[in-house]
Amino acid sequence: MVPQVPQSADIVRVLPEILWCGFGVLLMLFQPYQKNRQALTLLAMLGTALGTLSTFFGKGGSGFFGLIQFDTFSLFFHWLLGLVAFLVILAADSYLERENLDPAEFYALILFATAGMGVLASAQELLTAFIGLEMSSISSYILAGYRRDSVKSSESAVKYFLLGSFATAFFLYGIALVYGVTGSTNLAEIANADPTSNLLRLGLALMLVGLGFKVAAAPFQIWTPDVYEGAPTPVTALFAAGPKAATFALLLRIFTTIHAATDFWFWAFWILAVVTMFVGNLGAIVQTNVKRMLAYSSIAHAGYTLVAFAAVTFLKGDPENGPWPAYAAILFYLLGYALVKVGAFTIVSEIGGTGERHLTLDDFAGLGTRQPFAAAAMSVFLLSLLGLPITAGFFGKFYVFKAAINSKLIWLAVLMAVNSVIGAYYYLRVIVVMYMREHKGELPADIAGSLSPTASMVVAVAVAATIYLGLFPNHILGIVLSQNLFASR
Amino acid sequence: MVPTSYYLILSAVLFGLGVLAFVFKRNIITIFMAIELMLNAVNLAFVAFSQALHKSDGEVFVLFVIVVAAAEAAVGLGIIILTARNRRSLNVERVDLLKL
Repeated sequence: MVPQVPQSADIVRVLPEILWCGFGVLLMLFQPYQKNRQALTLLAMLGTALGTLSTFFGKGGSGFFGLIQFDTFSLFFHWLLGLVAFLVILAADSYLERENLDPAEFYALILFATAGMGVLASAQELLTAFIGLEMSSISSYILAGYRRDSVKSSESAVKYFLLGSFATAFFLYGIALVYGVTGSTNLAEIANADPTSNLLRLGLALMLVGLGFKVAAAPFQIWTPDVYEGAPTPVTALFAAGPKAATFALLLRIFTTIHAATDFWFWAFWILAVVTMFVGNLGAIVQTNVKRMLAYSSIAHAGYTLVAFAAVTFLKGDPENGPWPAYAAILFYLLGYALVKVGAFTIVSEIGGTGERHLTLDDFAGLGTRQPFAAAAMSVFLLSLLGLPITAGFFGKFYVFKAAINSKLIWLAVLMAVNSVIGAYYYLRVIVVMYMREHKGELPADIAGSLSPTASMVVAVAVAATIYLGLFPNHILGIVLSQNLFASR
Repeated sequence: MVPTSYYLILSAVLFGLGVLAFVFKRNIITIFMAIELMLNAVNLAFVAFSQALHKSDGEVFVLFVIVVAAAEAAVGLGIIILTARNRRSLNVERVDLLKL
């Protein structure tokens, strides 16, 4: 028997993760010598960009003896995660200056978390998935508590840590049971298992509970508003976009590979989707804090994504297109959603001012006259979250909706439409407040007069991308649909 | 030889106790220990399955779980100390600044 040694092609397949982690270590090494924040920001951005671009060298296929899978699917998510990390680092620059926080560790942790999410997106084995999940989670726990002097921030970290580890334990117990039934933790080998085994189903259910926590699906969403509100706002932007997309990626890979899961998880997804949409939207209505409202909105959007998951089960039997339209809907939705959330949280972070004290709806009053650019950009993001045409959100929702209708899930589609209407109330309320209400009393002296240059860049990129995806959705969908997602390139 | 099912029942009981302690205990350190108990219940299940299947990948998985649990403990204790400093209390019922 030939001893198994990783080939150079295997290394190249994890090059993005290696570069992201390497630059993270580099940043921490430079920290004692380099006090210039902007230099560190540039280094972090360079690392993110290099890591993302290095995906060009990766040859498709399975690496490290089936531990990871490098295909169009994981390529898509590496690009999404790299883009999110890049924008978050750029947006964090002015935030870190304002809050007087140490930049090097902050960027390093973002890079480590992104590497973990990258592993998660290409995991082909539950062991790799577990390591990726923990890499991203543990870095996230620290990031949530990064404002060390703030009571809110440390409370957010402790809640995220306790509930996150609790969820991990469920995920692990699920893996243990699946391993016990199938004798393997490789997804391809688990796929051959007897789908009627009750122990296998119990294992899959426990795994779903664990992953449901991470994507903030109700009834496992309790931590989300607290953690999102307490964490530093650029970190919240990362949480809302990155880990969620990566966990959905893993969920989709498990869901499509293991047939037992496809049939067994259908009703779970149906119920989770409905409960999540209602909890998110009804929770968002009563919020007066914009940051917290966006946290509830991100729960609602997890619900919309789960609708497409439910649709996959039925579309599998469709002779013409198969489940591809539903996969495409999920990927497109996650991309559009991630960009919008990063942009919206960046604006919230800038308006918040020092110590994040101006986060309520009243602080947004009169923004239309005070800061026309920020108000216009925020409106674009809110309309995209609402799902109005010419924005990415419209096509995202449209494709999910279409997938639900095509798979005859009429009730699910109806409930989704009802939820979109509820969503209109609180998204439009912010726009109304920004443009039609004047700020009461004197403006606080520390409220930002305009967006910082770096934040403006992030917002401009996010707006441009949102509208681009809203006008030309085929460019992204073409990539997703034209080639087999899960086959090597 | 002890049958595999005994180990699995013990592992399930330990996991269940961990969940109960997580839900009902009020001290953050105790809750943290409940999580460790759950992770070790998982380890027991892996080792038992691994033995029953005559395969070693379950044991490898356990090593990874132990390493990750150690990393998690390091970060977690840091976060707990931070909270204790900021609030002078480790009771979860008083960690309630953020709510609906």
